[in-house]
Amino acid sequence: MEFDFIVRTLASMVFSSTPVVLAAIGETISEKSGVINLSLDGSIALSAMTGFAVAFTTGSVTLGILAAMMVGALVALLVAFSCLTLRQEQVAVGFVLTMLCTELADFLGNPFVRRPGPSVPPMPIPYLCDIPFLGPILFRHNAMVYLSFLVVVAAWWWIARTQPGLKLQGVGERPESAFARGVDVNLLRYVYTIVGGALVGLAGAAYSLSIKLGWSHGHTTGIGWIALAIVIFGGWTPWRVAIGAYFFALLKALGSILQRNPAFEGVPTQIFSSAPFALMIFALLLLSSKGVDRVLALFPPQIARRLDRLIRGRAPGGLGRTFVQE
Amino acid sequence: MRVEIVDLHKHFGPVRANDGVSLTLETGSIHGLLGENGAGKSTLMKCLSGYQLPDRGTIRVDGQTVVFSSPSEAIQHGIGMLHQDPLDFPQMRVLDNFLLAFDRRMLPNRRRGRAILRELGERFQFALDPEAEVTSLTIGERQQLEILRLLALGAQVIILDEPTTGISAPQKIKLFATLRRLAEEEGRSVVFVSHKLAEVESLCDRVTVLRQGRVTGEVEMPCSVERMVVLMFGRHIPPAECKRVELGPPVLRVEQATIPSYRLTVQDAGIEVRAGEVVGLAGLEGSGQRLFLRACAGLERVAAGRVHLGGQEMTAAPYRRFLAAGVAYVPANRLEEGLVGELTVTEHVALVNRSGPFFIDWPATREQAMAQIQHFNVIGRPESPVSALSGGNQQRLLLALLPAGLRLLLMEHPTRGLDVESARWIWQQLMARREEGTAIVFISADLDELLEYSDRIVVFFGGQMSAPLPACDTTVEQLGYLIAGRERDKETR
Amino acid sequence: MTRIRLNDVLLVVAPIFLALFFTTVILLAVGASPWDAYRNILAGAFESPEKIADVVAACVPLVLCGVGMCITFTAGQWNVGVEGQIILGALFATWVARNLLWPQAPVLTLMLLAGMLGGALWGVIAALLKIYGNVHEIFGGLGLNYVAQGLAIWLIFNPWRPADGATMSGTDPFPDPAWMPRLAHLRVSPLAVILALLAVVVVYFLLRGTRWGLELRAMGKNFRSAYLLGVPSTPRLLTAFAACGALAGLAGAIRCSARYGRMIPDIAGGQGYLSLLVALLAVSRPQWVPFIAFFFAAVGVGSPRLELNMHLDSSLGGVLRASMVLAVMMVAGLRMLLNQRRARAAGETPSQDVVESGDAAG
Repeated sequence: MEFDFIVRTLASMVFSSTPVVLAAIGETISEKSGVINLSLDGSIALSAMTGFAVAFTTGSVTLGILAAMMVGALVALLVAFSCLTLRQEQVAVGFVLTMLCTELADFLGNPFVRRPGPSVPPMPIPYLCDIPFLGPILFRHNAMVYLSFLVVVAAWWWIARTQPGLKLQGVGERPESAFARGVDVNLLRYVYTIVGGALVGLAGAAYSLSIKLGWSHGHTTGIGWIALAIVIFGGWTPWRVAIGAYFFALLKALGSILQRNPAFEGVPTQIFSSAPFALMIFALLLLSSKGVDRVLALFPPQIARRLDRLIRGRAPGGLGRTFVQE
Repeated sequence: MRVEIVDLHKHFGPVRANDGVSLTLETGSIHGLLGENGAGKSTLMKCLSGYQLPDRGTIRVDGQTVVFSSPSEAIQHGIGMLHQDPLDFPQMRVLDNFLLAFDRRMLPNRRRGRAILRELGERFQFALDPEAEVTSLTIGERQQLEILRLLALGAQVIILDEPTTGISAPQKIKLFATLRRLAEEEGRSVVFVSHKLAEVESLCDRVTVLRQGRVTGEVEMPCSVERMVVLMFGRHIPPAECKRVELGPPVLRVEQATIPSYRLTVQDAGIEVRAGEVVGLAGLEGSGQRLFLRACAGLERVAAGRVHLGGQEMTAAPYRRFLAAGVAYVPANRLEEGLVGELTVTEHVALVNRSGPFFIDWPATREQAMAQIQHFNVIGRPESPVSALSGGNQQRLLLALLPAGLRLLLMEHPTRGLDVESARWIWQQLMARREEGTAIVFISADLDELLEYSDRIVVFFGGQMSAPLPACDTTVEQLGYLIAGRERDKETR
Repeated sequence: MTRIRLNDVLLVVAPIFLALFFTTVILLAVGASPWDAYRNILAGAFESPEKIADVVAACVPLVLCGVGMCITFTAGQWNVGVEGQIILGALFATWVARNLLWPQAPVLTLMLLAGMLGGALWGVIAALLKIYGNVHEIFGGLGLNYVAQGLAIWLIFNPWRPADGATMSGTDPFPDPAWMPRLAHLRVSPLAVILALLAVVVVYFLLRGTRWGLELRAMGKNFRSAYLLGVPSTPRLLTAFAACGALAGLAGAIRCSARYGRMIPDIAGGQGYLSLLVALLAVSRPQWVPFIAFFFAAVGVGSPRLELNMHLDSSLGGVLRASMVLAVMMVAGLRMLLNQRRARAAGETPSQDVVESGDAAG
């Protein structure tokens, strides 16, 4: 029974982390290129609503997913245009877009509130799902979950192994140097911001069509901010970002387990559902605090640097900085 | 490859950075481009290497007219430039730096890249670890990496912009040997941009001198130094005389200080600086001199040892207390750390007036700003945002903002990026302060500046501080080797 | 001269038209009549003295938080924790209202002061996290918002539980002295309005004419330079966050005392995020805040009419507000771009490019 319980908890962790994984990887890609797309929380809401609305109206889940990705990409395009072409402050633009998209999702999603609709069908992978322990945890979900695995691996491979990935890193790290090597800095930033935005849109679809079905007001609230925090937590490296997302999902799972524990009977449910958000943000805080520096300073410098890279990772050098060609 | 620049013009607003410059680079030669800061050397080279489009003028490569709208077009025509601060990617590995935009296939062949890097490196005796992160390299090594990359891309003309700033004497020797080899044995052209006569003299075959955007002369080497000085400045400048000042009581005493940081820990640093004394801190960038200087202002944590100021223990004191005790710190990056670009001159004057009233009297402050502007010859108005001032004027303003009667003045690179006139003026002001009894500790990468103005010089290498050297008995050579951490080299060679 | 003025007018008018154009497209997309929608919002906000009073009342927290946010924006900080600061202010005020059964004047004074204290405390925590925790204030602020929300819910569901059982509709109503006096039968409290306007004036002078304001400005523009020039950054950051928190806390106290007369879980109601938009639109200039807040409040009060009369979601008002801020940014960016193009065509280069590379490298 204990074992079964652990398997079930981990399986639900993997399942419910899909949107956070997708959104955080999407954001990682755009931040790697130097653009902070702070609009995630609104962007996810709008794409979740659109995804569900389109799937509901057409009856096609695939069309819903595609529409959600389009919306995410469109919002990202707006971020890119305002920040790269019009040179507005990235944080300000992102914040305003968060508000705009959230309100827009509420307004346009009104007719679809609490309507039952289509969802991504479960699809256990034959043979793999029968592997003891790992099978039920990883391979007894739906296509959206497998897609999120694929996205993590693909993002890692693309960034670390391919020539376009090197250019992506370069553009975010030091745009002047990338330009000197004939890379069109702003074009690449546009492209990767939009690609990242499409993944954020996919995250929205994963929410309304796979995890928490349907649409209602405040349906996805907080997910975007968590994804943004996880990108920092994961040090802009896809696989570590994924670990951060799973960690968050685990916190949420633990929250709902504790909630059922009789010892916490008097505590309102709202506290259990919002505690993981606060905890995740404070975990991030702990990692980036100067206290860690003090601890690291106790080690010999070489080991301290390794440890530092292992737990923190550094932001791309050109993050949030607009590149203006001379 | 023969490159001709004909009648090139490049204006920035009213400033004529290049005003009809013509120049020919011959195959297999090292061509010097000499001129003081602001003479238009860098602009000319940026136009040649595709970073800037000239307003007017022609560039011909082997007789064919070319127009470069980007640096990558220039490198396709075989023209590559190495910048003073190499344009690389600090947080990426050497190999990735090398491969970025080099191996154009989807999946860069890392093994082949490593092989090319090793082969080229062996040819010039550069030992670069492909797996090392660029941040862990010295500026000299980063230059080597860029040179190898430009060569691998097939550069026939290699432009180096002030490459000797921030590298050690042995690295300089190696660099010069490499450049000679590139020109003499491999038949490439090298353009060496510098404002240092001695370097140009020892390295170049031909030298073009620029002044205020125009060519003032082109000479075959060897050529007399006097002639080049006249071409550079339009007149002869006598070397400044060394003046001795009566030193006062000790102002700053640092005892066996350990200053830890991630990259480097300064250990066992100690010095005593007396009122009216000027101490220069030499060393490669990142050797600990900046950590030390910042620790003297309470900007860096001192883990062990002591810092005394005028007999008062200040070891763990915060920056505020150092300020109150009459210490001032002037950073090198004026607009990044020294001044607030968006605030006006008046606002800066109000800002540093720490004893001023809570409610600011703006008209009176404006008067004060006006007086400072006149006294320090700042070209600007009280209402001008300081980002609109030129570098020299910003440095003047920084000096104007320092309170009178300082005990200790700490400066990073006091004259970096300034033209000769401004630099001279800055040092006049500093010398006036020392006469009043202010002790000055400064960092510089310019060995001549260190030797000319310091009473004593300490050299940092890898976090170790040398014993202070009297500036009068020290030569540029000696200093160069100490900076490289090779004190014994003189004996072994 | 006239051209510049025309330009400035365009800068104000163009975003309004852009935002209206956007919402019109949205309305047409859902098959509603834009004309009817705008008429309903206007009527909902201004049709009667009662409604206008509601708009003015809704202005108060926006103005207080908006000018507070001007302070932190000036210091270069994204004080996203305002939402939590409102909640803390309301919690502190509620404690006073529930525990001190005194006459109205001292109780109200204490409630407002307690509210300011609570908000300031929460603001200072955000600042401490930023200074000593080294985490971006956006995430620290968000985290604190969750904590404040959790705290409010716990208090309402446990120690402050009404006799007939805890619900999301909040505590028992306050005793009479803890209600802020209202103007006749209207739902606006003159005292609250006066306090809000006073806050605008005080913040305006603090930022314009004092060393404190100048130091915040220097910090906001360039933190490192300001520090080296001798601005004591830690105390200034703390006071900036405390000042903004106090104003937000005051808004929270006013919301529970003048509007609801009790503590409810949703006491902040997104006012914190909304006032961030206000401050963004005001470009940190406190004197603009009341006007923008009035517009925002009018849209907010008028929009529920859409639900009643047209079966549309009231969030259209939010869409209108947010798209206006976005439009302002984009128009500003476009103008800059055009000016630059024009300058380049005239053969001039902006002043910052007139830097010899020697300077730039230095």
